[in-house]
Amino acid sequence: MSYSTLAVVAVVAVLVVDLAVYRTRMVTRKVFWTAYAIIVFFQLLMNGVLTGLDVVVYDERAIWGPRIAYAPVEDLLFGFAMVTLTLASWAAVNRRANTATRRGLDTDTRPSSTR
Amino acid sequence: MEQLTYLGLLVGCLVVTAPLELVLRVRVYARWRRFLLAIVPELAVFVVWVLYAIAQGHWNYSAVRTLDVRLPGGIPVEEVLFFLVVPLCSVLALEAVRRVTGWDAGYPAEEAGLSVQKVRRGAGTFGTGSPRGQA
Repeated sequence: MSYSTLAVVAVVAVLVVDLAVYRTRMVTRKVFWTAYAIIVFFQLLMNGVLTGLDVVVYDERAIWGPRIAYAPVEDLLFGFAMVTLTLASWAAVNRRANTATRRGLDTDTRPSSTR
Repeated sequence: MEQLTYLGLLVGCLVVTAPLELVLRVRVYARWRRFLLAIVPELAVFVVWVLYAIAQGHWNYSAVRTLDVRLPGGIPVEEVLFFLVVPLCSVLALEAVRRVTGWDAGYPAEEAGLSVQKVRRGAGTFGTGSPRGQA
């Protein structure tokens, strides 16, 4: 599979994970898109340096062709998949841990039966 | 110096985002175990992706702009660090936006910031599925 195909598959897969597997629904939240806007700005900056200085070199046959700040457009899909998977997992881990803490499930004693 | 290009970029990411932890106190480094657990899926998927991309020749890495230390599969050590550093910066960004705006991220606020968040956003946010949410 080409980089382009994999990048599209990855985006679809993380949407499924976020919406249907974890059900963290990050892509429906203002807080996610605001953070993502900041992240994508720095991604373009860093990616621009990495590809502009030829730290990473792409095989033209594996990509569509169009580039943004020297990097193939596929990098935006790659970055979106990576960031969304990370933030959805972070939300899932925190949802579990913080809910357990509030319910007293993180201690050895069982929750009070009088409540 | 040239060899430090990639590593230097990664260090730059950590330096630029450090104030979010030190000044804004988003407590991401403080929850490092949780962070490591959260990046397991990302690390697994994307390292495999890179290994496949290297094997297929989708992209390759400069020997002069990296330390040129290759791990099994030909993945540069900086590329592995990339999949730790970028998620860390991303989580810092999310927590910073959340801290500043108070917008809901779908999970209860972290314990240390609980009282502040509770006052600002109302106990309802915390009541999902818990009879003690209003307590």
